Amino acid sequence: MTVKEIFETMDYGPAPESAVEALAWLVDQGDRFGHFINGAFTPPGDGFDSRNPATGEVLATLTQASQADVESAVSAARKAQPKWQALGGAGRAKYLYALARLLQKHSRLFAVLESLDNGKPIREARDVDIPLAQRHFYYHAGMAQLMDSELPDVQALGVCGQIIPWNFPLLMLSWKIAPALAMGNTVVLKPAEYTSLTALLFADICQQAGLPAGVVNIVTGDGAVGEMIVAAEVDKIAFTGSTSVGRRIREATAGSGKGLTLELGGKSPYIVFDDADLDSAIEGLVDAIWFNQGQVCCAGSRLLVQEGISEVFHAKLRARMDKLRIGNPLDKCIDVGAIVDPVQLETISALVAANTAGEMYQPQIQMPETGCFYPPTLIEGLTPSDTLMQEEIFGPVLVSSTFRTPAEAVEMANNSRYGLAATLWSENINLALDIAPKLVAGVVWINGTNMFDAAAGFGGMRESGFGREGGWEGLGAYTKPIAKAKPLALIEPFKGEGAAVDPLDRTAKIYVGGKQARPDSGYSQAIYGKSGALLGQVGLASRKDVRNAVEAASGAKSWAKTTGHLRAQILYYIGENLSARAAEFAQRIDAMTGEKGGKAEVETSIQRLFTAAAWADKYDGQLHNVPIRGVALAMKEPTGVIGALCADEAPLLGLVSVMAPAIAMGNRVVLAASQPFPLAATDFYQVLDTSDVPAGVVNILTGSHTDIAKPLAMHLNVDALWSFSSSPLSASIETASAGNLKRTWVNNGQTTDWSQDHSKRFLQAATEVKNTWVPYGE
Amino acid sequence: MDSQTAERTAQSPQVTEPRNPGMALDLDWVAGVQANTSAIERRAASLPGRRSVKKDYQAAWLLKAITLIDLTTLSGDDTAGRVRRLCAKARQPVRADLLDALGVDGITTGAVCVYHDMIAPAVQALQGSGIPVAAVSTGFPAGLSPFHLRLAEIEESVKAGAQEIDIVISRRHVLTQNWQALYDEMKAFRAACGEAHVKAILATGELGTLRNVARASLICMMAGADFIKTSTGKESTNATLPVSLVMIRAIRDYYDRTGYRIGYKPAGGISKAKDSLVYLSLIKEELGTRWLMPDLFRFGASSLLGDIERQLEHHVTGAYSAGYRHPMA
Repeated sequence: MTVKEIFETMDYGPAPESAVEALAWLVDQGDRFGHFINGAFTPPGDGFDSRNPATGEVLATLTQASQADVESAVSAARKAQPKWQALGGAGRAKYLYALARLLQKHSRLFAVLESLDNGKPIREARDVDIPLAQRHFYYHAGMAQLMDSELPDVQALGVCGQIIPWNFPLLMLSWKIAPALAMGNTVVLKPAEYTSLTALLFADICQQAGLPAGVVNIVTGDGAVGEMIVAAEVDKIAFTGSTSVGRRIREATAGSGKGLTLELGGKSPYIVFDDADLDSAIEGLVDAIWFNQGQVCCAGSRLLVQEGISEVFHAKLRARMDKLRIGNPLDKCIDVGAIVDPVQLETISALVAANTAGEMYQPQIQMPETGCFYPPTLIEGLTPSDTLMQEEIFGPVLVSSTFRTPAEAVEMANNSRYGLAATLWSENINLALDIAPKLVAGVVWINGTNMFDAAAGFGGMRESGFGREGGWEGLGAYTKPIAKAKPLALIEPFKGEGAAVDPLDRTAKIYVGGKQARPDSGYSQAIYGKSGALLGQVGLASRKDVRNAVEAASGAKSWAKTTGHLRAQILYYIGENLSARAAEFAQRIDAMTGEKGGKAEVETSIQRLFTAAAWADKYDGQLHNVPIRGVALAMKEPTGVIGALCADEAPLLGLVSVMAPAIAMGNRVVLAASQPFPLAATDFYQVLDTSDVPAGVVNILTGSHTDIAKPLAMHLNVDALWSFSSSPLSASIETASAGNLKRTWVNNGQTTDWSQDHSKRFLQAATEVKNTWVPYGE
Repeated sequence: MDSQTAERTAQSPQVTEPRNPGMALDLDWVAGVQANTSAIERRAASLPGRRSVKKDYQAAWLLKAITLIDLTTLSGDDTAGRVRRLCAKARQPVRADLLDALGVDGITTGAVCVYHDMIAPAVQALQGSGIPVAAVSTGFPAGLSPFHLRLAEIEESVKAGAQEIDIVISRRHVLTQNWQALYDEMKAFRAACGEAHVKAILATGELGTLRNVARASLICMMAGADFIKTSTGKESTNATLPVSLVMIRAIRDYYDRTGYRIGYKPAGGISKAKDSLVYLSLIKEELGTRWLMPDLFRFGASSLLGDIERQLEHHVTGAYSAGYRHPMA
């Protein structure tokens, strides 16, 4: 077109970013890559092509890692780890800072390479991915610097296996590597096979930074390589990807003692109230579902609009979609780039094609003739029963529905197996700040969307996984307490025979929903003292008793909304009432265990109750310093319904140590009493009964840990499951917990010193950090 | 008058578009207006990164920008001679050799904008060019002179040959939420303008909040404004992208409800060619290409033209230009 013609049409025309430098870097590397192991690239081996999804052209040939490659990477990391840790926080900070600076120096090269490899618009790579990756290294250089002074009680995990997805290749790498290195770990990272190039460029800058050999190792390949890393001798697996793969990793690592964090899928709600700035909410949707072609785990993909404004809102939305530009990702004037791979394009197409509900809208915009592209799509008028309202599409497809009231908005938003992120738009601060805490999501954005920063943790609830990345809360994923543990042997109950010493029958029952109940099984078990005397009988809880206890616990959800002050009062009251019966409890404990620690155990139990009461109104959240005009509120929310198999060796203290911090934080608990010595727990429910503990907040079962563990671990309405049992249940619990990706905390057959105060660890496990972003300004 | 009417080419809204008749004051609509500042700022901040025009496209867009400029002088020391120079520049804003090289002709600025006393020399100097004269009015810039004098000023300026009147609203009506008073004032100004088309200057830098900007925009359109304009150029904050976004979204809503297209004029502070391109892409994105015509969009600017001329020479020659190579106004 001539200038004169353009003057009339006012079209945009092409505005391509040059790929010359990025392609030259690939040529310099021979267009073929090996792995990055122990500070050097290995010779390229058999492998696969990495293609540009926008054109289909081959960018480079990558190597599929073998078992030997993975082992050599892990052993390089293992060898490097002690020295890296011993370097100290300040020493490591220098390297992290150097990596941040190098990412900055080569920012355009990274951005162009990312766009070529992934298909994302150059604008996003340039303005979002790469700056956030830099920011992560800067931020964690600071965390390394502060580790020695601020985190004196923790140490590195060791070697971390990290498996990252293809949607934000360099950014996910930095989310994984920066905190791991800061805390003194070494890593073996596998980028996704579609998008390994920026990870290999990162390996190049690790060399430039003079990072000690073996601290960062990068192996390439498909899911099979991921499986090898999961199975390897690593101390932790960090995975970002699909929920189905996350579940398999949970099963594969069950009982291994390997740390695990999973950042998985989502179907994040995007709620628009009738008092919202509608144009801004629509612009937010562009960033929510058409950012990175909708291939974003936290994409606001499920639009919920208040019914009264639905028609206007959707009309505006369709008009906005008409303005989207899709095409060459390297064009600076493009909103929507290429889908990462033909396989993903096929998945999206199939999911949309299978849907017959609602009304579909795809704007009549110019589509590229070749390459891997999918048009921006809106499917309006769906109901929660429609598959596409529940299933993650991972593409530029928005589905929508309407709601009537704020309460219904919350209900619809939470009607999902996922809980990664949520967005809400309202100009009413009362409404916004009321709704945000009610949404089951690790991240909530008010009047904005897809805001990220290294200072604010990111991660999910429910089947969106567990663990946080970023912020102080993210460091827990790469550290462990400095503590020594010994193997825990199975504690057998004493055997005996004969009748009770006291002929007056006192039947210990189970405690469910605030009531003392006979076990559904109808079976009881005799409990004998060391001398063989019959001390009493306890019920054997069955699968149905577990069901009833969980139902009672989940029904007591108003406990989570009570004030910390009230929970503290109740905990103090429990302590007071226990204290009044201290001698009796001490005697009971000694009678069961045949030892003389009862008095001390009761006294320590009272201390645990008082400590939990003290924390109930003091375990504050944080206000993160994120780079916006606004705040990110890191609120600590109760995990939910927590099941726990209490320590066998400390019949009262083991139970109280678990219960007190859990209920202090607003959780409800289902506790399996010490299997060999259950009578302190059954005496204890009388203390609860007299202490104003609302029904269902604490439920106590007795019987076989093995029998109780299985239905608890499989129960989809239990949010977390802890085991301190001396029965070897860790592996089976973690395997069965994969169903709804429960947060598990198991002892892996190691002892816990109950005389020590572990309250802080319990408080941490009893809460989830939810980051609520509140930009403000008038 | 006949010759003047004939000269009204595409520049005047009432020629190509049915003129906005206004509507009854709809306070429910006004009350429902929302403007989320942070979100609006984010959109404004990310837009320059989302749209880009290069090479011939950039040259064409810059030429378009020139045709959308209200070439302005609003100084106490304006004289007939100074205004004649400005008008000559308005007729020939770009060196002829550059236009030849670009294969374009007939480029003039959108209008010339002056104070009342400079209308006569401007009208004379622009005779036969088709370029309208715009006059700022109603006690510009503060708008605090007696109401009947403000109306009389409009009438005098129209009589003197101004085809466009840039009025200033009473900011106090916005700040005290006296929407009825604002509506009545605007309606009276519009009536006083008669056939001349009226641009309502909101002085957004003095309205306190973006929500107020959105509401004042709507009221002025309801009362019959042909254009809404950001600023006088005399406030400490003039046209900004966030303010523009709010105003053009109000224009879009008004069009969606009434079918009338209202023009938009950001004024003050737009002095770089690059900035003008961002504004044009903002308009294209939010309102559509139809608005990129002088009857619906103007830049209120004095130094923008100079920067565009230098960029155009760079486009033609590949060498960065110097200011003195381009004729001054």
